Amino acid sequence: MSRNLHSTLLYSAALVALLLAGLMLPQWLLFLLTMAASHGVVGLGLIVMMRGGVVSFGQGLVFAIGGYVAGLAATRYGVTDAVVLVLLGSAAAAIAGAIAGPLLARYRSIFFAMLTLALSMVLYGILVKSSAVGGSDGFNVPRPSLLGFSINETNSDYAFFALSSVIATVLTLLVTIYCRSSRGLLSLAIRDNELRVEYLGTSVRAAMAINFIIAAALGGAGGALTVISLGHIDPNFSYWTRSGEFVFMAILAGHASAPAVFLASLLLELVRSFSNKYFPDTWQLALGLFLLLIILFLPKGVGSLWAKPERLPRQAAEKAKQAAARNATEAAE
Amino acid sequence: MTKGTYRRVMTAGAMLAAGLFAAGAAQAQQTFKIGIVTFLSGQAAESFGVPAWNGGKVLIDELNKGAAPAPYNKVGFGGLKIEPVVIDENGGATKQVQELRNLYQRDNVDFVIGYVGSGDCLAVAPAAEELKRLLILYDCGTPRIFEDAKYDYVFRTAATGTMDNVALARYLKNSNVKIEKFSMINQDYAWGHDSRSDFIGAMSSLYPNAKPEADLLPAFGSGQYGTEVSALMRTGSTVVHSSLWGGDLQAFILQSAPRGLFKKATVVLSAADHAVPPLGDKMPEGAIIGARGAYGLMAPKSALNDWFWKIYQDAYKVYPVQAPYRMVQSILGVKSAIEKAMEKNGGKKPTNEEIAAALRGHEWDSPGGRIRMVNGNGHQAIQDIAIGKTKWNAATKSMEIVDIQRFPAECVNAPAGQKGQDWLKAGMPGAKC
Repeated sequence: MSRNLHSTLLYSAALVALLLAGLMLPQWLLFLLTMAASHGVVGLGLIVMMRGGVVSFGQGLVFAIGGYVAGLAATRYGVTDAVVLVLLGSAAAAIAGAIAGPLLARYRSIFFAMLTLALSMVLYGILVKSSAVGGSDGFNVPRPSLLGFSINETNSDYAFFALSSVIATVLTLLVTIYCRSSRGLLSLAIRDNELRVEYLGTSVRAAMAINFIIAAALGGAGGALTVISLGHIDPNFSYWTRSGEFVFMAILAGHASAPAVFLASLLLELVRSFSNKYFPDTWQLALGLFLLLIILFLPKGVGSLWAKPERLPRQAAEKAKQAAARNATEAAE
Repeated sequence: MTKGTYRRVMTAGAMLAAGLFAAGAAQAQQTFKIGIVTFLSGQAAESFGVPAWNGGKVLIDELNKGAAPAPYNKVGFGGLKIEPVVIDENGGATKQVQELRNLYQRDNVDFVIGYVGSGDCLAVAPAAEELKRLLILYDCGTPRIFEDAKYDYVFRTAATGTMDNVALARYLKNSNVKIEKFSMINQDYAWGHDSRSDFIGAMSSLYPNAKPEADLLPAFGSGQYGTEVSALMRTGSTVVHSSLWGGDLQAFILQSAPRGLFKKATVVLSAADHAVPPLGDKMPEGAIIGARGAYGLMAPKSALNDWFWKIYQDAYKVYPVQAPYRMVQSILGVKSAIEKAMEKNGGKKPTNEEIAAALRGHEWDSPGGRIRMVNGNGHQAIQDIAIGKTKWNAATKSMEIVDIQRFPAECVNAPAGQKGQDWLKAGMPGAKC
């Protein structure tokens, strides 16, 4: 457990540093960081799934569920506390994940990707037609309070920044601990050789379903956080381009390090914002070039700059086998 | 160094410092930096975003030269030059909120004019209000912005979509078109849904016996309307209503006209003026079209309109349609409000609050007629509208709009304080035609 304790201390220190730094940052950057953290939480869920070897192209589904539930709880049911809204959004998305997860857990690669994409687009279609929740225009969400404190115009940027930083840090820590647990390490084994994991006596489907539910809960939390700080939600939260952004964010981060996803998210937001400012006619081109360069020169993601991907069991086994063979030949000689 | 020299150096230094300070202060006062947000890419770019900014660009150039006709002949805004920062509206509402904040907080623009998409307008309005910065919505049609919420810093300088469909129904009634059944084809998103229910609402009070028949809602951007045209051709409807726009509208016209839809039924199109120049002689004759205002070929005759028409046509070799008119009416509205505020405060650059106070309930002339901020507590404009019929002029080889009927703003807009849908349901009480 000392490794987890070490991480806990490291993350707490990073959080304190972040919160202090936030006091000196300009407001536009605070908001950008808030958005990057909220989206990063969704990317975190994708990384949990990617460790098991599947990529969801429909994270927009849980992102939208979390967002809509938080938004509706705030507008229809008078829930005003931001933390409660995030928990509600996350719980609702986890329930949706618990329904879809066991069904999807049987599928791999392109089939899994397409099914998740289809589910998110079904939700998009339903939301666009639901005039009760604003149809394609969506609806606005009032500013919530935070743990009994009211948030006003002057402190809202910092309040939402602090909230998203704390939630993102806690969730990243939990995901890191999960990834190190035997259950979490199982994902790597599944990606490597499903059959062998089954023979070892573990249900691969159960493990994949649990990963899906964890990712859904994270996606829902990210959606709720986004809606709270943005003050608006519309069906585009569930659109496939949105899901594609999350996938790209996860690829950009790589699965070597969980915190890398936030750096990736921040990079994506910064590049988009500044290319939008300096090349208003061709900002998509600038964004595309950036993505291309990252894929060409950092194929394992920005996380690979400082963290080594955990070694896969099979690679380790093969290395051992090779070493044994070498020893054997050496002995024979 | 003697005492005298010392004093002279000090004085010179102080004067230099004072000069620099004054120059710095003047620098900050010299311009109006404005953010412009409009579609530069995506489906709404070609038909709305790009022509709108084209209109804004030529107008701002002329205003900065002080070359516009009176009462807009002051340089820039009240003598201060206009410096636009343009941002693409494409990319969804989340991105719009972020970029709006960046415009205010990072680029320090004085105010923002923009937004075509209704969803974008709904999303950015609270963000601007929270920052206490001015936001002028120039195009989007959703009535929900000021009907559902109250704002101090958000204004919309164009009427909502309710007007377009009420005017179409009134045009049919005034032209004595007999209607037993009518059909509709609208896109499956908020604009299509709102237009559809507004048209049904207006028809139910003007033609209480007419029944809606086919009610088609193809997906936004679908582009293929073979099935829909077949369905419309099968009906016995004498009127077909549509709020399609842009590429969807052009595709629908090109696919339905050869199959005789425009001959079989009277097709009424709420926002089709911008499809007339690109379609040319492929635009069918006899279609009843609106422009979301008295714009383009249907603009009222005025010196201001002739002037705008000329600078636009000189610059882009095509005549202006609804989008540039809306951008221009927005810029002129803000200009006249700023100048009104400067008259009041003695010629200083006005604050956000001073401009907002001047804009609330403001009235001004635009190339598309008189714009009045009457609804939504003086934050929502109403304006006159014109509807006409397409007719090919073989001599000039151009599509013309004839039989134009004009409807005053109070005839087609809900009165202040009343929601458009409620007003239509009640049978449009208080309409002054």
